[in-house]
Parts: sequence; C-alpha cells; structure tokens
Amino acid sequence: MMRAASSDLPLVLDRVSLSAGPVTMLDCLSLTITPGAPTLVVGPNGSGKTSLLRLCMGLAAPSAGSVSWGGRTDRGPARRAILFQKPVMLRRSATANVVYALGQAGCPRRLRAARAAELLERVGLLGLANHPARRLSGGEQQRLALARALARDPEILLLDEPTASLDPAATRFVEEIILMAAQSGTKVVMASHDLGQVRRLAGDVVFLVRGRLCAHAASGDFFEYPSTPKAAAFIRGDLVL
Amino acid sequence: MSEELSAWQLIASGDATLFAIVRLSLAVTLSAVAIAAVIGLPLGALLALARFPGRSAVVVVLNGFMGLPPVIVGLSVYLLLSRSGPLGEFGLLFTPAAMVIAQAVLVLPIIAALTRQTIEDLWHEYREELTAMDVGPLGQVATLLWDSRFSLFTALLAGFGRAAAEVGTVMIVGGNINGFTRTMTTTVALETSKGNLPLAVGLGLILIFLIILINAAAWGVRLWSEQRAG
Repeated sequence: MMRAASSDLPLVLDRVSLSAGPVTMLDCLSLTITPGAPTLVVGPNGSGKTSLLRLCMGLAAPSAGSVSWGGRTDRGPARRAILFQKPVMLRRSATANVVYALGQAGCPRRLRAARAAELLERVGLLGLANHPARRLSGGEQQRLALARALARDPEILLLDEPTASLDPAATRFVEEIILMAAQSGTKVVMASHDLGQVRRLAGDVVFLVRGRLCAHAASGDFFEYPSTPKAAAFIRGDLVL
Repeated sequence: MSEELSAWQLIASGDATLFAIVRLSLAVTLSAVAIAAVIGLPLGALLALARFPGRSAVVVVLNGFMGLPPVIVGLSVYLLLSRSGPLGEFGLLFTPAAMVIAQAVLVLPIIAALTRQTIEDLWHEYREELTAMDVGPLGQVATLLWDSRFSLFTALLAGFGRAAAEVGTVMIVGGNINGFTRTMTTTVALETSKGNLPLAVGLGLILIFLIILINAAAWGVRLWSEQRAG
C-alpha cells in the first residue's frame, strides 16, 4: 500500500476538552505528538488515557479545542489505526478478520490472502489462521486485533493498554511486535499503567491525572527528574488520586 | 378403523391430492418468506442503524405488527386485490399469488423486527471497530448482516413457522379452491368441519413433520456453521 504524500503528523491537540454531560474526561489539554520513538500515555484509572486515544483516532470530537493531523482538522482515519483495550472480533475466522481490515484499508483483493498470512505470522497466529476469531483466547484475540491494526499500515498506531491482561511471555511478544512497527516508522501512541513497560518502550511519556496533562517529558527525564510531585509519586508507585 | 390409521394409509399410499396440497403449501410459504426476507432484512438493518425523528415509534409499531392477526391481514389484502380494490385489475384474488402476497405481509414485520433487534445489538458491539476501520454505511450494513447471518436465519425460520401454520389469511385471499388454492391448513380446517378426519389428521401430521424437519435442518446448519465461524 502506498502512503499518501501528506502526513498525519504532527498530531496536535490544542486546548482540548472532552466531556459527556456533567462528566469531564479531558480538561484543556494541549499536546503535540511528533514522529519518533513511542509515546506512552500513563496515569491512574480514569485519568483520560482512553479518551485521549479516541480523540487522537478521531473517534470522538472534542467538546472544546481542536485536534489536527498534519495541520488539518478534517483528516479521515485512513492512516491511523487503534487497538482497543477490549477489541471486538468479527464473527469470522482469524484470517477473515485480517482480510477484512486489509480490504477496508484499500489493499487489492488479489494481495489480501498473502498479506494476511504475513501479518498473522508476525503476530504468531499463523497456526490458528482458520479458527473462528471469537474462539481464540484473550491474548490471541489481542494479537489478532494488533494484526488487524497493522493491516491498515498506519502512520499512527494507537494502542490502549494492549498488554493489560497478558502474562509476561505474551506481553514480551506483543512489545516486540510494537517495537518492530515503531522501528519501521510507525508512530506508536500507547496507553499503559505498567511502569516497567513504559521504561522499556517509551521515547516520551505523557502523564495524565484526572483529565489534565500533568507532565510530558522524554522518558529518561520523566523518570529521573519528575517535574511535578504527582509524577514523582506515580513513579515511586504511590497511589495517585 | 381409527382415523389415525387411515391417515397413515393416506400418506403411505402417496395420495395425489394430498401431495398436491402439500406442494402448494410449501411453494406459497417459501415464496412468501423469500419475498419478506428480501424486503425485511435490509429494512430491519436500515432501521437498526438509522437515526431519525419518530424512530422509536416506528420500532414500536413494527414490533407490534409481529402479532398481526392473520385474518386482519387477509382482509386487508382481500380489499386491496378485490375487483373494486386498488389492485383489482390484476385479477389476483383467489390465486396462489394472492396467498403469497398475504403471507409475505404477515411475516414481513416478524423478519424486519427480529433483524432490527439482532443488527442493533451487533452494531453496539461493532460500532467503534467499524468506525475505526473507516467502514462506510453500506459496508456497515453488509458486514452486520453477514456477521449475524445465523441469528437472521432463525428470524427467517420464525417467519416460516408463522406462515406455514396460519390459516386465516390464505383462507380469505385464496378462497380454499379445490386443486388450486387449497393448502394444508385450509384443508385441515375444511375437512374437519366436514367430518373427513383421516385427511385432516394426515395433513396435520405432515405439516408438523415438515416444520420439525425444516427446523432440524436449520439447527444442523447453524451448528455446523457456528463451529466454523464462531
């Protein structure tokens, strides 16, 4: 698949708020996401990580402020992909799930089968290619969803705690796939609350507390010189409320 | 000789009249279900996804129409098709075509309403993923219909069961004409009132057998395909 000449990056959130009724998920948050190593979004539950990713994908419109991709606010999701925390499998085989995503991404019909096999191999599911997707285990479904997201050949890959329910071996496997995607030029934006994972993967860290941007720093700086008491507490493993 | 015994003899002897009736019944009901499916499946899917003022009212009415009294449907179609009715010029009244139309009207709300419910449930599940994959409205409908095909198959069966078992509509618009518009159910009604119980019982047995057979086949297909597609 050819990439369009224009780019979705930088992804700029400009004083963005997101609320539903009386609940505010994000509050006047400004953030610029540039090409490079993965951006990890951390924070306690309910801090707005998922909301932030949904805004970045364009699945939600901000209540105030603006989101722009490569300087445009009206860009479709063609060059972005998202992996939800609980991905939904289509009621089809594993292969058919990937083929479907390839079709939606504009991959020519004759190339889809080979490309799907490639992607399934990359996520270690080639042996289960013909199994019904919904019969796969949680970890396998997560990897299949990752294959589906990669099928879009995204410029920006948004991941919502993709390893939250996985054991260490599966986590490592998924992290390797993510790093491989990042090394091949995909911008990874990933929510996590596993600090070890953040240390392993992050180029920069976005720290959210209650819908507000509490810190945004390069990974090393975030851990060595936390800029706010809350960030320091979070890194120590204290409960941040 | 008991009625049951002679009913079995009637079936076993391959009585021509009896099988003509069975054939006509199946042809009428299957055609009606096919027509209702062609209209009802997309209509239900559309109603599941569309958002417009008064949608709730449409859904409630559609659900209510699942329980349309067959005689009322028969009467309405009768009025439409009768000589002086708006469709009278086609001369369809008291033909198998009229029975197909009436049964299609009867099962259309069942198929559309069950489809609407099925697709709407699946849509809640799929919405974010499909939106994230940039699937257009037509693609969404196609995907949802395909992925809920097993449940929709059950909706079609419900329609089939309803159409095959009812007697009121076909009696009114078909006229129960011997050898032309006489179906299993109308024959059972007629022969019972005439006191010809062997034929009535024989047809009743065949009707029940056919409905069980079709449901068993559907069950098998469903089981088999669910194992393959999850």
